[in-house]
Amino acid sequence: MTKATMQPTLHRRPLVKKILEGADDNLLVLAGLGSANWDITNAGDRPLNMPLWGAMGATVSMGLGLALAQPTKRVLVITGDGDMLMGMGSLATVAAQQPDNLAICVLDNEKFGETGNQATHTSPRNKGPIDSGAGTDLSLIARGCGIGDTGTVCDQGEVAQLVKDLRGKKGPVFRVVKVMVEKLDFVMPPQDGAYLKDRFREALLGRP
Amino acid sequence: MTDWRDDIFAVLQDHDIKQVYHVPDAGHSRLIEACQTSNSIHTLALTTEGEGIPLAAGAWLGGQRSVLLMQSSGVGNTINLMGLTKTLRFPFLTLITMRGDYGEFNSWQYPMGQGTPKVLEAMGVLLYSVDKAEEVKATVDAAARSAFNGGQAVAVLLRQKLIGIKTFGKK
Repeated sequence: MTKATMQPTLHRRPLVKKILEGADDNLLVLAGLGSANWDITNAGDRPLNMPLWGAMGATVSMGLGLALAQPTKRVLVITGDGDMLMGMGSLATVAAQQPDNLAICVLDNEKFGETGNQATHTSPRNKGPIDSGAGTDLSLIARGCGIGDTGTVCDQGEVAQLVKDLRGKKGPVFRVVKVMVEKLDFVMPPQDGAYLKDRFREALLGRP
Repeated sequence: MTDWRDDIFAVLQDHDIKQVYHVPDAGHSRLIEACQTSNSIHTLALTTEGEGIPLAAGAWLGGQRSVLLMQSSGVGNTINLMGLTKTLRFPFLTLITMRGDYGEFNSWQYPMGQGTPKVLEAMGVLLYSVDKAEEVKATVDAAARSAFNGGQAVAVLLRQKLIGIKTFGKK
């Protein structure tokens, strides 16, 4: 059994809290729609968080545009497997640019969480007519796109290194973290997109 | 008179455009090459035009202006994400070379070419259209003002009459 096919043991909420611990003005965070949005908000809403409520498949692209515009800041994209699957081409575009300040963390629970936990393509095959996926390995896809620094994290023992890599290692860094399927409270940030954008720019640039 | 494609490059520089997104396109190829060789512009080739809108949003979050260059055949790939320009209310500029338009020989280009103005309008994108070389500069400049000063999502349709069928496949 390869480690990616074992039952995940990592809880996403404390993990994201750890990843964002001590976030300062040098850390710009984008989160994909759904669970990743609630996760970063649970860790503490802040102006330099841009949590998405829609735009599925767009999170990595938005992170890339931001990373190129702000080369001295760390840009961290935290999203889910469903969002990443919808925007896989964006990984090739990231690879073409090689932004050294961009890190991407995919919290992979192998489910479409917001619609009732249907299997995504990262779920294993042969799990019956309803729960089967394709065993898609997003880390391998990122590597195949040309991102050199990729990996999959499954164990608590790897978390400290994961946090270090996401927060400071020369990018582009791409990590898949296999996380448990959990029923968690919605922890919601403000919803108004224009407000989220304006408060982000105000905090970063001093003007909306 | 200068070439209209060089005029566009000059306007992009005047408006301090720092990121240019494109899917390779014969009509835009001369402009794309000018951007690629510029030291002040990040030029990104995309896998699909749909990447262009969130890229533009990210650039704007970081304080930079951008433009998306595409063909009308790629407009359909952007429509869902075009909604971001409304939800985030950020300035957005796209320059579209038209196919399926004036004298098009390829029937496969007509559906999206003819649908382009309608679907963009449906998403609330402001449309400018130009079919005369001498009007390109002023039109793109006005579009950039509407976008970056007026805060609008704006598309300039570079009509097939302007581009000419003969330029396809050549620089």
